[in-house]
Amino acid sequence: MNAALLGIAAAALLALGLGFLAGRGRQMGLEQWTVAGRSFGAPLVFLLMAGEIYTTFTFLGGSGLAYGRGGPVYYILCYATLAYVMSYFLLPPIWQYGKENGLYSQPDFFVSKYDSPMLGVVVSLVGIVALIPYLVLQFKGLGIIVEAAGYGAIRSTAAVWIGAAVATACVMVSGVRGSAWTAVAKDTMILLVVVFLGIYFPLHYYGGLAPMFAAIEQVKPGFTVLPERGESASWFSSTVLLTALGFYMWPHTFGSIYTARNTRVIRQNAVVLPLYQLILLFVFLVGFAAILQVPDLRGPEVDLALFKLSVKPFDPWLVGVIGAAGVLTALVPGSMILMAAATLLANNIYRVIHRSAGDIRVLNIAKLLVPVIALVAVYFTLQGGQTIVALLLMGYSFVTQLFLSLVLSLGRNRWVTREGAAAGIVAGVVTVAAISLTHATIGTLFPALPVAITELNVGIVALAVNTFVLVVVSLGTKFVTARHSLPVPAVDPPSRPA
Amino acid sequence: MPMVRWLALLPFLGMLVGPFFVNRVAPYILGMPFLPAWFVAWILITAAIVAVIFRYDPANREERE
Repeated sequence: MNAALLGIAAAALLALGLGFLAGRGRQMGLEQWTVAGRSFGAPLVFLLMAGEIYTTFTFLGGSGLAYGRGGPVYYILCYATLAYVMSYFLLPPIWQYGKENGLYSQPDFFVSKYDSPMLGVVVSLVGIVALIPYLVLQFKGLGIIVEAAGYGAIRSTAAVWIGAAVATACVMVSGVRGSAWTAVAKDTMILLVVVFLGIYFPLHYYGGLAPMFAAIEQVKPGFTVLPERGESASWFSSTVLLTALGFYMWPHTFGSIYTARNTRVIRQNAVVLPLYQLILLFVFLVGFAAILQVPDLRGPEVDLALFKLSVKPFDPWLVGVIGAAGVLTALVPGSMILMAAATLLANNIYRVIHRSAGDIRVLNIAKLLVPVIALVAVYFTLQGGQTIVALLLMGYSFVTQLFLSLVLSLGRNRWVTREGAAAGIVAGVVTVAAISLTHATIGTLFPALPVAITELNVGIVALAVNTFVLVVVSLGTKFVTARHSLPVPAVDPPSRPA
Repeated sequence: MPMVRWLALLPFLGMLVGPFFVNRVAPYILGMPFLPAWFVAWILITAAIVAVIFRYDPANREERE
């Protein structure tokens, strides 16, 4: 076993150890398992929220995107920052309502607000369809990292199985506490590794940032800013906005809101999290540094930019440390996704079918579902194929469709009906799928419009359809129920002080 | 709503409207092309703005236990 593999193995064991210890000495009820008894202070909530951002996508995809596409990569920097600003206002009422009504999951929120378990099923299905590809991406990334950092000694297939087993074990034993404590190790490591690489590579290969960017500008003029056409400023702004709206709509991200001890913890984090975004800058610098050093990566290979660059100058032990950090960036979000998906299935689908099921039964079902979901994800990971990539691209647009009915349920004046919310979400999701499968853009849909509009992110169309259907169906159902003059418990009483 | 909360709109202007006007390589700031430097500046400004909102938002005083 070489030095690099030793580092990677240590990371897996560390994750396993922390994952097991995290839940020690606690009675694991459903509330402990899913939301840690709503007891986390600012640091742990911070790590959970940061844990969801710094995934293998950031580590490999962030550098790969900077390498392959250049300037458009900055959108990652911006959307999360804006999402954090929104979080200051959006999350405290969600937390408050979750606490008052004892909610565990994202669909719970819709079920309770709209008094409709069926809406919960719709939201759960949207969530699961979006989560599975996200989990596959983590496993895939893990395989790539272990294979690259271990100099090929462990095939990615073996790494995927091991990673899935570790994540499954941690989640089954400790629930969200396992993810939070593993995140402590992960974020410390990734912070050190990424900052080091982001500073070292430009210095080592070019003698500094300025010479590096000057060299890139010579070979590829304008590569480090947005192109005039295609991924232009129009594309950029609309993508940043849409992605920011979808940010907290991921079921696992939403779930981590409930773990906070109080709303102050959430507001406090909204101050710090934007600064944490700056770490991404270092990831991008690694990708930029690779452009002229390992110039021939094509297609999916661009995700290897970071490792190709690291294997050249570093000793195996250092590559091992980088690999270890990479493995942890896959395991933390992977475990959170596993838990969120299991909770959705058990709490919001199984419980709807078996109404008499109590919390303990639901918890046991959720725990049993963890390995099942992990196996499904492993299957898709090993099977490969492009379908999953297409699904992943759709995933973000899918969860964004939940934004509208969520936000409109927060206000005092509630005119959206459960039928309106469900119809809007379904219409939005169907539109996303249709657009993605036909590769439509606003340009192909409405060719007569000016370029500044045709280059907007096509997700806007789905959100517009969602809004339209939501409004029409809500007004329609209100009108029908008013005519039949039935008492309408469409939504919970709006007497709650906002 | 407390007036100070309106400051939260500024990051959206900087990051969503800004790119239409500052999408350029030169001048380099601290070795970075102008566009990424602009975003880095706005991340710092955003953190400062949220800190100010946090400081003056009455919601946080009520909750202090």
